[in-house]
Amino acid sequence: MSANVPDIRASEIAAKPVPAPPAVPGAAVPAEIEISPVRRYLLTRGNSAAADRAFHGLMVLSALSIFGIVALIAWELVERSKLAWRTFGFRFFFSAFVDPDTHQRMFWDPVNGHFSALPFIYGTLVSSFLALLLAVPLAVGVAVFLTEMCPRPLRAPLAFLTELLAAIPSVIYGLWAVFVLVPLLRDYVNPFLAHALGWTGLFPDDNPTGLGFVAAGVILAIMILPIVSSLTREVMIAVPHSQREAVLALGATRWEMIRMGVLRNARIGIVGAIILGLGRALGETMAVTMVIGNTPEIHRSLLANGSSMASVIANEFAEASSDLHLSALMEIGLALFVVTIIVNAFARLLVWAVTRGAPAHSH
Amino acid sequence: MKARLRSLSDMLATGLAMLSTFLVVAPLVAIFVYLVYKGASSINLAFFTQPPKPVGESGGGMANAIVGSGVLLAVGSLIGIPIGIAGGIFLAEYGRGTRLAQAIRFTADVLNGVPSIVMGIAAYSLVVVPQKHFSALSGGVALGIMMIPTVCRTSEEMLLMVPKAVREAALGLGVPNWRSVVSITLRTASPGIITGCMLAFARVAGETAPLIFTAFGNVGWSVNLNEPIAALPLQIYVYAISPYDEWHRLAWAGALVLIVLIVLAVALVRYVTSRGVLKGAS
Repeated sequence: MSANVPDIRASEIAAKPVPAPPAVPGAAVPAEIEISPVRRYLLTRGNSAAADRAFHGLMVLSALSIFGIVALIAWELVERSKLAWRTFGFRFFFSAFVDPDTHQRMFWDPVNGHFSALPFIYGTLVSSFLALLLAVPLAVGVAVFLTEMCPRPLRAPLAFLTELLAAIPSVIYGLWAVFVLVPLLRDYVNPFLAHALGWTGLFPDDNPTGLGFVAAGVILAIMILPIVSSLTREVMIAVPHSQREAVLALGATRWEMIRMGVLRNARIGIVGAIILGLGRALGETMAVTMVIGNTPEIHRSLLANGSSMASVIANEFAEASSDLHLSALMEIGLALFVVTIIVNAFARLLVWAVTRGAPAHSH
Repeated sequence: MKARLRSLSDMLATGLAMLSTFLVVAPLVAIFVYLVYKGASSINLAFFTQPPKPVGESGGGMANAIVGSGVLLAVGSLIGIPIGIAGGIFLAEYGRGTRLAQAIRFTADVLNGVPSIVMGIAAYSLVVVPQKHFSALSGGVALGIMMIPTVCRTSEEMLLMVPKAVREAALGLGVPNWRSVVSITLRTASPGIITGCMLAFARVAGETAPLIFTAFGNVGWSVNLNEPIAALPLQIYVYAISPYDEWHRLAWAGALVLIVLIVLAVALVRYVTSRGVLKGAS
């Protein structure tokens, strides 16, 4: 049975005291109305429209800061690369110069003020595509194994190990590459490649250091493996079970089921995962800087030293000798920024189209 | 005959898949084993308490780099975590389903893929150029900018997991909207949000490229925000490409310390999220 809940209004509490009960002998004296402090506080506050609006505005501003960061980066890069743009124009990306003293083809000449980004674009593309060539088959293989073939108790630890690869910082990959991978390449792999594949013209035996595009490609491959494999796993899991069951019902072996039922449906997402891996490889700085040899030249050989866009920025930015030098580096940074944004946006669209709006895990 | 070919290709595919898994796990194990092998012998008390000694003398440590990394991460977290969580609150609470939220979510994901060196250029233009010198503040700003998209996305995901009933109960009691978001929803999702912040923290702790021309590195003790400061990953890079064996030894030890911290953070994150966001909520 509900008690008589008094009709309490904020205005009444503030203004009028509780009236004294009429002094009738023998009549029951109604109890004093007890309002808890919380209720009293909430009732006397009025509405919170102002605070709500302020809080909402603050949250919107913070979210818009994401756009602000992109705009800031773009604006700063464009502003500071204007000098190089005015000096070289579009030819910055594909021209070459002849050194007046040695009469050799030069691309990056801080001394004489001639800058061309061609060797860095070449280096970035070669190392990234080499990395994709090595990483994609392995990553798809790992994803197939973990989703379809792996015994259940092993699944979680192996998945954890693969994702741990993504958590290792780039410098540590670079450190390991310099002291373990490069000697390995120098002593065993590169001579073998020159011997076995020298007829292609891509592997002449002229770089005994072990640094170069092959080293950069291998370490980049190791670094993009976790991204490509975990995204491939996600899109493979997103394929409905009915597809798998249908193929199995037709009498397929397990590999045929994977190939026809899963991989065929997840094709688009896997392409998206590969492009995302490419995006990561394009922008990777530290590990590449430490093993690519840092020579701003173009050679057909895959064993040669080279340089990439990110590595030249890392090496020369802090000590850029002139305004034009710094501006040229900024223009390379702008090119890197634009390319990685386009590649990443395209890849995310592809992955989203397959997994249909399930929250993407940040990588 | 055809059947034999099919079962043969099935076995071949299984073998290749197992081989590729082995080839993926092998470098990871190799890196860890080598790190421990090379770095463990150099980890001693001097490593954690002394700055580096001049070239040619043995001993010394990376204490200034460890402290410097701590300072940079503190500044970066101060910038990145509040703005990131606030952005996540917007995406989960106020903007859910709107086109603006979709655009912001997409942009945050794309921003996560931008090379860290470009973020460093942004911090350089923003802080180093006006100040005309390298500083710890600029390094912290660079790390903070990198943390914002990551923290925003993970806190949005965690806030989306809070059941509607909790929010509705708070609003039904007359709690103002902003208060219910802060004291009820945020507090319920706080274990998940904290782990998201730890993930972003672990990620930027290992970043070197943006620090090369913002924080710049320092061979001595410095915690002044207006001066160049040493950082652990930056120091590892400088020592690794140097020609001195003593510095190489220190680089391995520093790498071991860094990787242990990061692995601990990642394992902790996995442990907490596997127990569920809402269990253990205060």
